[in-house]
Amino acid sequence: MGQILSDLGGELFVLFVSIAQALPALVGYIAIILLAMTVWRFIRRQMTPKADYTSLKTVTFGDESAVVSDKAASFISIALIFVIWGAFTGSNWLPGMFHAPGPFVGDSSFVYTVEDANGYQDEATVFVSVFEKGAEVPSQEVAAGTGFAKDDFLAVQAYRSKLILWDKNDETNRSEGAKIVSVDGRAISKDNAVDVGFGRVALTDKGTLNFEPGKGWQMENIWLPAPDSVASRLVSVWAEGYQNVTLAEHLSFSLFRVIVGFFLGALVGIPLGYAMGLSDWFRGWFDPIVEFMRPVPPLALIPLVIIWAGIGEQGKIILLFLAALWIMAIGARSGVSGVKISKVHAAYSLGASKVQILRHVIIPNSLPEIFTAARVAMGVCWGTVVAAELVAAEKGVGKMIVAASKFQDTDIVLMGIILIGIIGFGIDVLMRLAEKWLVPWKGKG
Amino acid sequence: MSGLEIDNISMRFELPNGGAVQALKDVSLDLKKGELLSVLGPSGCGKTTLLNIVAGFLAPTGGEIRLNGGTVSGPSADRGMVFQQGALFEWMSVRDNVGFGPSMKGMPAAEKREKVDHLLDVVGLQDFKEKAVYELSGGMQQRVSLARCLCNEPDVILMDEPLGALDALTREKMQGLVLKLWKETGKTIILITHSVEEALLLGERLLVMAPRPGRIHREYRLPFAELGVGADLREVKKHPDYAKTREEILTMIWDMEEEIMGRSEESA
Repeated sequence: MGQILSDLGGELFVLFVSIAQALPALVGYIAIILLAMTVWRFIRRQMTPKADYTSLKTVTFGDESAVVSDKAASFISIALIFVIWGAFTGSNWLPGMFHAPGPFVGDSSFVYTVEDANGYQDEATVFVSVFEKGAEVPSQEVAAGTGFAKDDFLAVQAYRSKLILWDKNDETNRSEGAKIVSVDGRAISKDNAVDVGFGRVALTDKGTLNFEPGKGWQMENIWLPAPDSVASRLVSVWAEGYQNVTLAEHLSFSLFRVIVGFFLGALVGIPLGYAMGLSDWFRGWFDPIVEFMRPVPPLALIPLVIIWAGIGEQGKIILLFLAALWIMAIGARSGVSGVKISKVHAAYSLGASKVQILRHVIIPNSLPEIFTAARVAMGVCWGTVVAAELVAAEKGVGKMIVAASKFQDTDIVLMGIILIGIIGFGIDVLMRLAEKWLVPWKGKG
Repeated sequence: MSGLEIDNISMRFELPNGGAVQALKDVSLDLKKGELLSVLGPSGCGKTTLLNIVAGFLAPTGGEIRLNGGTVSGPSADRGMVFQQGALFEWMSVRDNVGFGPSMKGMPAAEKREKVDHLLDVVGLQDFKEKAVYELSGGMQQRVSLARCLCNEPDVILMDEPLGALDALTREKMQGLVLKLWKETGKTIILITHSVEEALLLGERLLVMAPRPGRIHREYRLPFAELGVGADLREVKKHPDYAKTREEILTMIWDMEEEIMGRSEESA
């Protein structure tokens, strides 16, 4: 127990350190938000003044109705994400002046000083050529120079590092007791590094030099691809597919699972909820089951579903069915329980039978709640299907991003995540439209 | 006989904590066809319980309700209800709400339409037939409730504080409408209210109930409802008997309320 606590304490410490390191960026971001707000408000004040009712309120802080989402803020916020993304990836979409300093690329040199066993010192120059990934670098011969330390040439790819076996061409070497004492005139010792302006030169344990060209502030493609490369990847994957499966196929498989699973869940869940809302016996029978199953995250069922039904479509649909089932049952149950008794009494007094009351009072009255539940269920189903595909699937958008991550195709991973987000958002928007259209009386009772 | 007989109704039920409540004790009352009865009493006197028993939503523990000679055993279309609010079906238009009863009976569409149109004219909602009920004001919604109840042609109309949620001006207009509908349709009406004025204006007969156990305390026969039909209700209020009766009833109810307070202080 004590061990666990100290382990967790250690994790917590590491976490706090990371948060503390991220604080300047966070503070900077908040500063940008406030700055944008001030600037935008100033601009708007210069334009035509608004004279709607809200603008005449003097108390807005704490008045919930006075707080409406500012469209300009949303626009700036999204634009800023792309600007930051583009700046730190050197995107073509962004003029070069907005780019964060990129990695060093080109030719340069530094000087190292060798001291031989007798204490004599000599200098040699290392000519460095840093090239971008995929670029051709002509092998260069350099003149040896004077003294017992000879000049070297080093070609290294940006973001990579390379060892310099400086003594290979020198007249003395490490086994004879020669060692490097300084780089660019600055003293260096083992496990230490010197900043040479365009990169870092470190002295390794074994006495060799390790050169690491400057990385600048930009992210390497493998960590974060530029927005334009994600977009072009979208175009190419849409046209050619990824690993012999088209994007449309990946997406349709995922959507197919969600829709079938959700409809099956609703088909069983809604009548179940009605039964629980209308009969005390059914309520008693299913309450413990529903209340137990509801807090179990559908993701926790994935292993069991794989054992039972394999990784094919059946397993996925069972999983999504279970994800939707409890949410729909609870929604339908509370929809039924939420019917005002005066409505039911009125209907009975108007001569309605039980079936007519179910059809004309209870069902329409429960529809708003059912729609709310359906929105939640669709969201959960969409999240669950992606997660299930990450674990095991043949096709599907989750499968696509997990396959891409294995090949370090980060741009496809990002593209997949963005598509997942857009589709999830799209589903919610469609559900809201359907709700507005089908249950206009929601919240008006 | 034709009419409503409330015969020796008692209502006693047990509480979860082991105690019991005698909500009504030996309440008897005969109501002839076309009579308008208003029921008044301090809270807890069982007036809503009595109405629910007459409507058939509750079974009494003693006595029985007879309508036109037949015993009442549950809700039915011969006793219509008008609730305070929230009893309209907001998923239906005004027209469909009013035509709900006939629809349930399977009345032919043309006949139903004619009937609904007529009733909406009567309650003054001819311009709002296709509106959703949630688009209407509270007073208009109560007009829809009245029309919906009348459209089903019940023998008895039971009103549970139908005007309780309305503002004073709308309330006065609606009181006039209730009187007009009563006279035109000749329905038997039981109206429960908290307002002494309303009970006086709308009650051809007025029942004051007393609490613990709920029982009939006193009954009045009043001229004001007849006087009020088609007249200005404010003129009716100037009638010399009006103020006198109102004071008498108010004193009665105040005394009861004070007795309740006293009793609960003793037991506390």
